[in-house]
Amino acid sequence: MDAILRSLIDGLLLGFVYGIAAMGLTLIWGVMNVINLSHGSLISLGMFSLYFLFTGLGIHPYLAVVITAILGLLLGIVIYAIAVHRIINAPHLSTLLATYSVNMIILGIGTAILSTSPYNVPFDLGSIKVATSVVPTTRLIAAIVAMLVAGGLYLFLQYSRLGRYIRAVTDNREAAEIVGIPSAQILAFSFGLGTMLAAISGGLIATFFPFTILAGGAYELKSFVIGVLGGLGNPVGSLFGGLILGAIEGLVPLAMPTTWTPVLEFVLFVLILLVRPTGLFGGSE
Amino acid sequence: MKSLRQHTSLWLSLGVIVVMGAWPIITGNALSRETMFTVLRSVALASSLNILLGYTGYVSFGHVVFFGLGGYVGFYLIAVQGWSLWAALLAGGVAAGLLAYLVGAAILRLRGAYFALATIGINEAVRAFINNFDPFGGPTGMTLNFKIYKLYGGPGAALQLAFYVMIGLTLAVVLLSYWVRTSKFGLGLLAIREDEDAAEVMGVTAPAAKTWAFVLSAVIPGMIGAIFFFKNGTIEPGLAFPLHTSIEMIVMIMLGGQGTVLGPILGAAGYEALRDYLLVSPVFKNIQLAISGILLLIIVLFIPRGAVGWVRQRYAKVRRWLI
Repeated sequence: MDAILRSLIDGLLLGFVYGIAAMGLTLIWGVMNVINLSHGSLISLGMFSLYFLFTGLGIHPYLAVVITAILGLLLGIVIYAIAVHRIINAPHLSTLLATYSVNMIILGIGTAILSTSPYNVPFDLGSIKVATSVVPTTRLIAAIVAMLVAGGLYLFLQYSRLGRYIRAVTDNREAAEIVGIPSAQILAFSFGLGTMLAAISGGLIATFFPFTILAGGAYELKSFVIGVLGGLGNPVGSLFGGLILGAIEGLVPLAMPTTWTPVLEFVLFVLILLVRPTGLFGGSE
Repeated sequence: MKSLRQHTSLWLSLGVIVVMGAWPIITGNALSRETMFTVLRSVALASSLNILLGYTGYVSFGHVVFFGLGGYVGFYLIAVQGWSLWAALLAGGVAAGLLAYLVGAAILRLRGAYFALATIGINEAVRAFINNFDPFGGPTGMTLNFKIYKLYGGPGAALQLAFYVMIGLTLAVVLLSYWVRTSKFGLGLLAIREDEDAAEVMGVTAPAAKTWAFVLSAVIPGMIGAIFFFKNGTIEPGLAFPLHTSIEMIVMIMLGGQGTVLGPILGAAGYEALRDYLLVSPVFKNIQLAISGILLLIIVLFIPRGAVGWVRQRYAKVRRWLI
């Protein structure tokens, strides 16, 4: 029983961080029907941003997460303007390939400069007791930061003027334009927000796991699974999807070898796509 | 003469492949044979995927799953069960076709990006499963006992044989691709690509047509997998199911022109030539991936129809025979 609880807590804490990575992916999908295949490399960039801010400039990691977030927002807006805006109304293949080409560019330059060897942020806050189990403090803080970010995003989308614009563009871009919402700017900003979430999750992961420039790819695949679990285009659902995935990753190893976890995850992913493409919590399409 | 002109694209395509295949045989250069093997593999994979992506309009991001599965089934039968190469080749194709048939019936109901995501999921699920599947060697995969090559006249002759098989498979893909493009069945696929609901109203049984397009696009990649890993001598999950190979196939199709017979052939050859150049060039060697990415972005943004599509659009006269 103790072991189960410990694994569950481990998994859930990680799940929050997965959740905000997926939130970035699903926000972009919801607003502009684009699946961002550069998501993984943006997560990697978040990791390295934190690494260089901390080891290079000596900035405290959690302040570095804030700076990483701002850089992510700006980078996302740039990516949107260069690679996505021209083809925003083209068939899906175009946007899939355009974002994938951004992925290739980032990974190509990244591998040339950083190689693919693992990096590690030398930062440790010891351990802390949660319920009956002991977890590294960095993980607990990461989960709390992720919760705050998710809550902040929800409030932002729900109550701020800009957030309401984003929801209007999500619902109906033409109608939003008719009532005077500058949709191009809103789309660019939404892409920036999605990128920002990817960068934050990367930064948080870097505080407790070692990483390479290619590490983001695995989290991108997790984000797909979570996005589909929670409903693509439903940012709040993503947080729950992240928790479900975290719980699966925590609990499955108790019953069978860890290597079976991805099999279960991807079978679940395909099944949910087939049975409920709007996600477990999604409404109608 | 009339029939010759009517089938210009077919003759052109077959001609290109025969020249590419004959070059290393005539010169007897083993290095250029290896290069051509890779090029032909790309041509055949891209042309296969084009049947689904170009004609039917369904974007499979995980198409490499058929290559990997066919490779694994073929390799297992040769290495463990002692089957002959020919039987294993067929079995690899059948396995890939069967997977496409079973999976296709379910996931082809999804449209657009949902379908693309599902294909990524299938590829990852199969890869993760084989990683755990002990008869196939789990994460470490399998290796071929070199004695097996003796049956085919020693390792050198086996490599040569694999090259001939690859030429044959590539020619088969092109014939298949051309037949589909010009048949009534293919017309139904093109109708589905333009507007699936309208196609159904006009009497195309879309579910069946899509499933068969999926199967046709999967069988030959399965056989290519079998011959590729027979030649390679070892197989492991990372080699068999690399997601980026799937995406490279799409890039090749986009480069040459989706929905045409000639496009994927030129696209694949062009892509491989470019990559060769970038990999050996001292300037671009390290950032080869980034350069490819920039090129892809330029194509997607400015020439979405690809080379052949662009020519077709530009010069109305060639449209009748250049497909």
